[in-house]
This record gives sequence, C-alpha cells and structure tokens, in this order.
Amino acid sequence: MISFHINKQLQSAAGQMMLDVECHINKGELVTIYGVSGAGKTTILRILAGLLIPEKGCIKIGDETWLDTGKKINLPPQKRNIGFVFQHYALFPNMTVRGNLAYALQKGQAENDIDELLALMDLEQLQTRYPHNLSGGQQQRVALARALVRKPKILLLDEPLSALDTEMRLKLQDHILDIHKAYKLTTILVSHDKDEIIKLSDKVFVLEEGRIKSSGKPVILFPTSGNEAGFNFIGEVVSVVEMGMGFLVSLSILNQVFELKVPREEIGKYRVGGKVGVNSFEL
Amino acid sequence: MVDLLPFWITFKLALITTAILLVISLPVANWLASGKGKFKSVIEAFISMPLVLPPSVIGFYFLVAFGPAYGLGHFLEHYFNLRLVFSFPGLVLASIIYSLPFMIHPIQSGLSGLSPDIREASYLLGKSKWETFFKVQLPNIKPALLTGIVLTFAHTIGEFGVVLMIGGNIPNETRVVSIAIYDEVEVLNYHTANIYAGILFAITFVVLLVVNIVNKRYAITRNL
Repeated sequence: MISFHINKQLQSAAGQMMLDVECHINKGELVTIYGVSGAGKTTILRILAGLLIPEKGCIKIGDETWLDTGKKINLPPQKRNIGFVFQHYALFPNMTVRGNLAYALQKGQAENDIDELLALMDLEQLQTRYPHNLSGGQQQRVALARALVRKPKILLLDEPLSALDTEMRLKLQDHILDIHKAYKLTTILVSHDKDEIIKLSDKVFVLEEGRIKSSGKPVILFPTSGNEAGFNFIGEVVSVVEMGMGFLVSLSILNQVFELKVPREEIGKYRVGGKVGVNSFEL
Repeated sequence: MVDLLPFWITFKLALITTAILLVISLPVANWLASGKGKFKSVIEAFISMPLVLPPSVIGFYFLVAFGPAYGLGHFLEHYFNLRLVFSFPGLVLASIIYSLPFMIHPIQSGLSGLSPDIREASYLLGKSKWETFFKVQLPNIKPALLTGIVLTFAHTIGEFGVVLMIGGNIPNETRVVSIAIYDEVEVLNYHTANIYAGILFAITFVVLLVVNIVNKRYAITRNL
C-alpha cells in the first residue's frame, strides 16, 4: 500500500499554484493520474521518486517511510527502489541496449535477469544497438526493461507513450499490462489519453489545479458517448471510390480498414482524411 | 643549429597545465552547470576574465602576489623555500589561471547541454552522483572534453604576455617558443625565428584540424 500526502508550491503558466494531494493506492493496482498539462501530474511522480522535495509531505510505502518532512526523513532517489520511465526515455546514449540494462544491475545481481527482460520486451535482436539507432517505440521498450532490472515493487510511468504513434502505443500498452502482472507491480501512470486510461488502469485520479477532483474506475469517470447497444468508433476516411449508384468509402478504425457503401446523397460528409463516428451496426 | 629546448619547455608547460586544469575544471564546471549557488555569477565572471584582460594585467598581479618582496610570495619563500616568479612552477600556476575559461567553458556547456533526465535516470537506478558523473555524464560529453583539452593546450602554447611578465626569459627554465621567437627577432635573426614560428604554426594547425575531424565523425555516428 502506497499512501502519500504532499504540498508543494508550483509555478504554472497561470501563476502560482498549490499542489495539495492525498492518495492511497493498494498493492498490485495500476492507477493513473489524469489531468491537463500543468496540473501537476509529473510533479507528483517526481516527488514520489525523490527527485523533488515538497514543502510539506509524507510518503509511506507499506511500513517504510520514504518522506516525512515533519520528522526530517527524506530517502534519496537511490534508496527508493522504484522503476521510473521518463516521457523521453532517458536512455544513456553511450551504452548499447544491453549496456543500458547492465548498468542498472545491483552488486551481485546475475546477468540472467537481463536476458530475461530482453526476451520479455522483444529486445534480443536489438541488444547490441545504441539508442540513437532505435525507433521511439524500441527506445521506450528499452526504458521499460531498464526500469525493471532492479526488481522494483513500484513502477512510475511519466506519459511513457505520448510521443509514439497509435500503433506503437497500442503494442506498448499491452507490454505495460504484461509486465505489471508478471512482476506483480504497483504501477502509477501519468497520462492524458482517456482510451489508454480505460484500457490500462484499475483506478484513475483526476487532477485539477493541483488537487484531486475525483477518483474512481475510469469507465465510470470517463463515460463513452453512446450508451445504446453496439460500439461507437471514430474512423478516419482513407479513400472514397465511386461505384455504381453510390460510393465505396474505406474507413480506418483501430488500424483496420472497413468498407462502407454510401448512397450518393450522403457522400458530402465523407472526405478523405476526415473523421466520422460509426456505430458497430453500420459496419 | 637551432636550439629545440624551447619546444620541450613549451610542450611540457602545455601538457602539465592541461592535465591539472582538467582535474580542476571537472568539479567546477559540474557545479556551474548544475548548481544554483549564490556566488555562481561572481565565480563565472572571474573565470571568464582571462578572456578579456590583457595578459600583462594577470602577469602584473601575479608578480605582485608572488614576488618575494610581498606578503604571499614572502611567506612561500620564507617558510617553504618556494619562489613562484621566474620559475617553471610559477609559469604553470599562471598558465592555469590564464587558460581557465578555455577548459571550463566547453565542459560546462557540454554538461548543461545534457538532458537532466539521464542523470536522474541513473540516480533512480541506485547509482551515486560520483558514478553517474563518470559513467553517464562524462562519456556523453566527449566532444566538449576534447575541445576543452585541445583549446587549453593550444592556448598555453600561444601564451606570451603572461610568460614574459612572470617567467622572464630563462633558458631551460621559462624560455618557451613564443619568447624565443621574440628574442630572435630582436637580434634580427629572422632565419631561426622563421623555423620556430613555422614549426609552431604547423603543429597548431594539425592539432586543431584533427580535433575538428574527430568531433565531426563523433557527431555523424551519433546522428547529432
């Protein structure tokens, strides 16, 4: 169980803001902190990691105290055994993929742990490459693997997928779910992508202007638009071809292409590159 | 026969100065790049001063400070039997001060240019500041290190004013090439001056050329 209560003065674009957050997270949960940029999401992760010190605060992990400003306890980041994944990966450019992982090994830890992680994250083929020769998705897989070398019990992910394209993001979401379960982690994710939050997390904390405004199950906090039977998708029009009496419209939905027959009088709303809402019964 | 001893003294001076400055500059540059110290601006201004001050000003104050007739110089001579003016060790000390910005500035900007993420990532993997500095930060600023080393070395070779003020012109002790050239020209011995100048010209050009090529190659392999 992680519980923390932190107060920190923040300088945001809108001026001074007080971050005042209290949270309890159960062991084994995957929770998300959601909020617009500048709400203080990353600050919370950095305080948990020990990279920032709040004016006032207390962080307890089980019966261990990481921070208690009242008692002047503050464990340095080195002593808080957490895995941290940065938004821009933060791989060491001077080390290969394997080198990045090996650097994280603790004294006496066996190299086997690295082989296991390389296999788990599909990185075996890439292990001799340097970070600058990897794509964004590959780099983020390395960063995830590196964060797990020390076998942390807590994983902090700071918008880890925001710089990736949709396809890569979906793949990495599966990777995150896999490692969260396989390593029995308690994971805190910072994200502002509602789909991602609904897919990944057990619980979401909605942060607004430095305070937690609401918390709960993501499907309840972020209701999807239609409640009628069937699914609603947003598709992108890939092509429009004239065919007989009407048109054949190709729509890309979740990286799959569906075809839709559209009568001539309705074709006005389908433009290549445009977005359209589709109910699953229409497909 | 041209006396090659001034070359030996010049390169010995440049080498020792560069080595000592490298050791001094690493912690100072790291502090300037990351620290939020109160006196940072003051220290930075001091370090940059040799860039704008005439070497004779530095030489003059050095003479005053370390001359045996004054406080510090008197103390060193009286208690440690150490005289820094008109001696090789004094030349080294003055060169260190004179070349300080040429070593510190490139290292400082190299370190500031690194993303703080990689330093923090290392801390979060349980590594100390020390280990992070030597295994993560320094290896990723190799071009800046090389630039600092080479500029310091070249700048020390090119010293004239400071050496003249505090080193004098003692053969086999403080008589560096730049002084030797001046000397030969004074006695209208242009032939020897030309040899000295030509050798120095060629060496300096080759050194700077090699550094440029190495740095360019590094940038290409790193896709910078």
